[in-house]
Amino acid sequence: MTIEVTNKLTSKDFSSDQEVRWCPGCGDYSILKQVQTVLPDLGRPKEEFVFVSGIGCSSRFPYYMDTFGMHSIHGRATAIATGLKSSRPDLSVWIVTGDGDSMSIGGNHFIHLLRRNPDLNVLLFNNQIYGLTKGQYSPTSEQGKVTKSSPMGSLDHPFNPIALCLGAEGTFVARTMDRDPKHQQAIIRRGYEHKGTSLIEIYQNCNVFNDGAFEIFTEKSSKKEETLMMEHGKPLVFGENSDKGIKLDGFKPVIVNLNDVSVNDLWVHDETDLVKATIISRFYDNPKTEGHFPRPFGVFYVNNDRATYDDQLNIQVADAIEKYGVGDLDKLIAGRETWVVN
Amino acid sequence: MSTVDTNIESVVIRFAGDSGDGMQLTGTQFTNSTALFGNDLATFPDFPAEIRAPLGTMAGVSAFQIHFGSKKINTPGDESDVLVAMNAAALKVNIKNLKKGGVIIINTDGFDPKNLRLANVPEGQNPLENGSLAGYDVKLVDVTKITRAALNDSGLGVKEIDRCKNMFVLGLIYYMYHRPIENTIEFIKGKFKKNQVVADANIKVLQAGWNYGDTTETFANRYVVAPASMEAGVYRSVMGNEAAAMGLVAASVKSKLPLFYGTYPITPASDILHDLSKYKNFNVRTFQAEDEIAGICSSIGAAFGGQLAITGSSGPGIALKGEAIGLATMLELPLVIINIQRAGPSTGMPTKTEQADLLQAYYGRNGECPVVILAAQSPSDCFYLAFEACKIALEHMIPVFFLSDGYIANGAEPWKFPNSKDLADIHVEFVKPRNNEDEKFMPYSRDEKLARPWALPGTKGLEHRIGGIEKQNITGNISYDAANHELMTKLRQEKVDLVANYIPDQKIDAGDESGDLLILGWGGTYGALKTATQILINEGHKVSHAHVRYLSPFPKNLGELMSKFKTVVVPELNNGQLVKIIRDKYFVDAIPYNKIQGQPFMSNEVVSKIKEILA
Repeated sequence: MTIEVTNKLTSKDFSSDQEVRWCPGCGDYSILKQVQTVLPDLGRPKEEFVFVSGIGCSSRFPYYMDTFGMHSIHGRATAIATGLKSSRPDLSVWIVTGDGDSMSIGGNHFIHLLRRNPDLNVLLFNNQIYGLTKGQYSPTSEQGKVTKSSPMGSLDHPFNPIALCLGAEGTFVARTMDRDPKHQQAIIRRGYEHKGTSLIEIYQNCNVFNDGAFEIFTEKSSKKEETLMMEHGKPLVFGENSDKGIKLDGFKPVIVNLNDVSVNDLWVHDETDLVKATIISRFYDNPKTEGHFPRPFGVFYVNNDRATYDDQLNIQVADAIEKYGVGDLDKLIAGRETWVVN
Repeated sequence: MSTVDTNIESVVIRFAGDSGDGMQLTGTQFTNSTALFGNDLATFPDFPAEIRAPLGTMAGVSAFQIHFGSKKINTPGDESDVLVAMNAAALKVNIKNLKKGGVIIINTDGFDPKNLRLANVPEGQNPLENGSLAGYDVKLVDVTKITRAALNDSGLGVKEIDRCKNMFVLGLIYYMYHRPIENTIEFIKGKFKKNQVVADANIKVLQAGWNYGDTTETFANRYVVAPASMEAGVYRSVMGNEAAAMGLVAASVKSKLPLFYGTYPITPASDILHDLSKYKNFNVRTFQAEDEIAGICSSIGAAFGGQLAITGSSGPGIALKGEAIGLATMLELPLVIINIQRAGPSTGMPTKTEQADLLQAYYGRNGECPVVILAAQSPSDCFYLAFEACKIALEHMIPVFFLSDGYIANGAEPWKFPNSKDLADIHVEFVKPRNNEDEKFMPYSRDEKLARPWALPGTKGLEHRIGGIEKQNITGNISYDAANHELMTKLRQEKVDLVANYIPDQKIDAGDESGDLLILGWGGTYGALKTATQILINEGHKVSHAHVRYLSPFPKNLGELMSKFKTVVVPELNNGQLVKIIRDKYFVDAIPYNKIQGQPFMSNEVVSKIKEILA
C-alpha cells in the first residue's frame, strides 16, 4: 500500500527547469521571486495555476513558472485569459504583461478586461520602455524621452496606468515596486484574494534601456520622501521623518506639515471610495517638479460588490439548464415545425 | 366567381419592397408554409446593408426570392415568374430579373409622385402609365388603401396600420398558390402575444389579402404546385447559419465537451452567435468580445481549458484573426474558425455573397501556417460540415476552417434532418493525472495522426507551457534549433495532409465518371452548378459535376477523378481561387469561370459558358 504524502509546496515547486534569461539585474527577477514565494502559501494545488502572457520581456514569465502556462501573442493575453477563466472558473488565472503589451498593442482588450471583471490577476510590469525590441519609448514613457525611435524626444503624452484602470471600471487597482519584496508579496496576496480582476502595476526597472526610471521611489535615500504608502483606514502620511501628510481641502488634496496640522485632520485612506481613489491616482507628477505630490503605492481601490464575468456567465448556463432542462439535441435539430414525406 | 386552377411544376416568386416593408418576413413566412405543404424549395434573401436606407429609394430595396416546386429544386431560380413590387424603386431594381410575360403584382400606392421621385423615375415616365410594362401580366392592387380600410376601426394609428401591408400581400399570394394560411396565423399570434390588437390586425389583413384574391376577377387564375416527390422522411426548413449553429451544438453533445463561442458581431455571421446564445442549456457559452481578435483569442483560451472552442466571423474579421490563427497552429490546439464569406475586400458589400476568401483561408497568415479547410455547399450542408469541422479539430488537435457564404447562410431549403444517434461519435481523450514517479509529461509528443496530447490545466502532474515561439518537438520547450524548425514546419503540414486519411473520397455529383468536361465547384454554388449540369446532360453533353467540400486537404482521389475528363472548368464567385490551387497542386490546365457581382450564379449563364467552352 502506498500512502500519498502531501508535502507543503515550496517556491522550488514553482520553478520550472527552464533557464531564466532576463538580463542580469533586471527587475523581473524580483517579481518572479515574489510570485514564487507567495503562491506556495495560498493553499492551492499547483496544477490549478495558469499563467498567460503576451509578448515582451515580462511575457517570458510563464516559462519560468512550473505551472500551466501560455506565452501567447502581443497584447492578447487578456483575451485568452478571459476565455480560459470564463469556461474554467475552477482555475487560478494570472496574466503577466508589460506597459507596451497591455496599454499599447493590447489596449483594447485591457480596458474591456477590467470592465468585465473576470476573477483573475494581472501583473503589469511597468518599466516605461520597450525592452525586448531594444529601447523604444512606450505608452508610459515620459514625454520628451530620448530613445532609439525618438532621437529628438518622444511626442506622446503618457498614460497614467492607475487612472486608466479606474476609468476602465477596475475593481482592484494597486501599485507596488520591484525593489520592495515585502510590499510586493502583500499586494500580490491581496490581489489573489480579491474576487474579480486584480490589477497590480509593478514599477520594474529595466537596467539596460531605462535604468533608474523609478530610482527616486525605490532608493532608500529618497523613498520615504517621494512615496506615499497607502494603508486602508490609515492617514496619508509620508516624508523622511513621517512628518508630512495629505489633507483634503474640499476635493483638492494639499500637502501639509504635521508640525502644523494634526494627524487627525489628514485624509484617511479608504480603498472602497472611488472618488478618493480617483483623486489619489492623479498623484502622478514628475518628481522633479516643485511642489509635486509623493507617488502612491498600495491598494488604490477595491470594489467587492461587482459580480465577476465568469460567475455570471456560468450562472446563466446553470439557470438555462434549470429552466429548460439539459438540451435535447434531437428536439433542437427538428426545430419547431416539421412535416412528413411518405 | 369562377376560378381556373393551373397545374405548374415550379414557380419563382420575388417579393420586393422598401427595407421597412417587411419583405424578408413575408418571404420567410411563405417559405415555411410552402415547406410544410411539401414542396421542395430554395430561397435567396437579397437585402441592403443599411438597416433603414432612405425610404422609397433604390438603395433601400429589399427582396426575397423563393423557388418552389413539385420537382427537385436546387437554386432560388435565375429569373422570377412573379414579382411583387411594393413601390416604384422595387419595380425598377427587380424587373430585369422578371421573365418575359411574367406576373407583376403592384402596390399602386407605392407609385405616387413622391415614390416615383424617390426612385428617380423621370417626370411623365410612370411605368404604370407609359406602356413599359406592356409585355407583362400586371395586377394593380392598392394595398395601402385596402389595408387601411380593413383596419379603420382597429384603433391603431396609420403608421401601425401601414405596417400590416405585407400581410395583405402574403394572404393574396397564399390564395394564388393554394397555400394554407394557418401556419402564419399561429406565427402572428406567437410574435405579438403581448399585443393582442396588433396580432388581430395582422391576422385580419392576412385574411383580407386572401379574400381579395378570392373575390376579385384579377386573380381568377390560381396555380397548383403539387408537393414534391422527395425521399421519405421527416423534414424541416433550414437556413445555413441556423444549420451551422446546430451542427456545432451537435458536435458539443457528441464530444461531451462544453461549447465556447468567442466572436464579434459581423454580417453575415452574427446569426450563428444569436442562435448559440439561445442554446445555453446545452452547456454553451457565448462570448461577445470587444473585437475580432479577442473573439478568437478567448476561444484559444477556452481550447486550452478543454472546451470545444469556436470563433466565427466574415472576411474582414478573419483578416484580424490571422495572427491568432497562427498561434493556434503553433499551440496545436483544436479550434474551429467559421468564415461566412461576403463580397470584399475591406468592407466590400457586407450583405452580398462571394467566395473570395479561399486563398485567405489557405495562405492568409505569416509563416508556413497550414490549416484544414472545409466548405459547405448548401444551407443544410452547413450542419454536417460544421459538425465535421469540430470533429477534425478535436480528433487531430488542429485549427479547422469552416467556410460558408452569405448566400447559403441566409438561404433556406427543406432538410431531411438526421437523428442524433446517426451522427458520428467524436473521440476526445484528455491526458490523465500523473504522480512524481511517473515519467515527465511531454506536451509535444504525437500519436499516429501526429496529434499532440490535450493536457488540461487543473490536471495534476501535467504542468507545462505552450506558446507562439517555435517548440522543440516532443518536449515543447522553446527551440531556435535550425533542424527542429524545419521538422516542426513539415510536421504541421503533414498533420493537415494526414487528415486526408479520415475524409470521404470525392464523388461525382452528376454525370458520368469520365467525359468531355468536369465542372468542379465548391461552396454555395452547388445548386446552380448542379442544375446547369443536368440541363447540359439532358441536352446530350458529356458533362459531369463534382463539388469539393474538403478543400484542405483535398480528398485523395481528386487528382485521379479530374484526370478522366478532357477539360476541367472551375466556376467560382471570385477572380479565380480554387482554380489556382488546383493548377498548382495537380498540374491540371483547369479553366476558370468567374463571376464577381455579389450575386450567385444563374444556372443558364453557367450552361451558356460551358457550351462556349465545349464548342
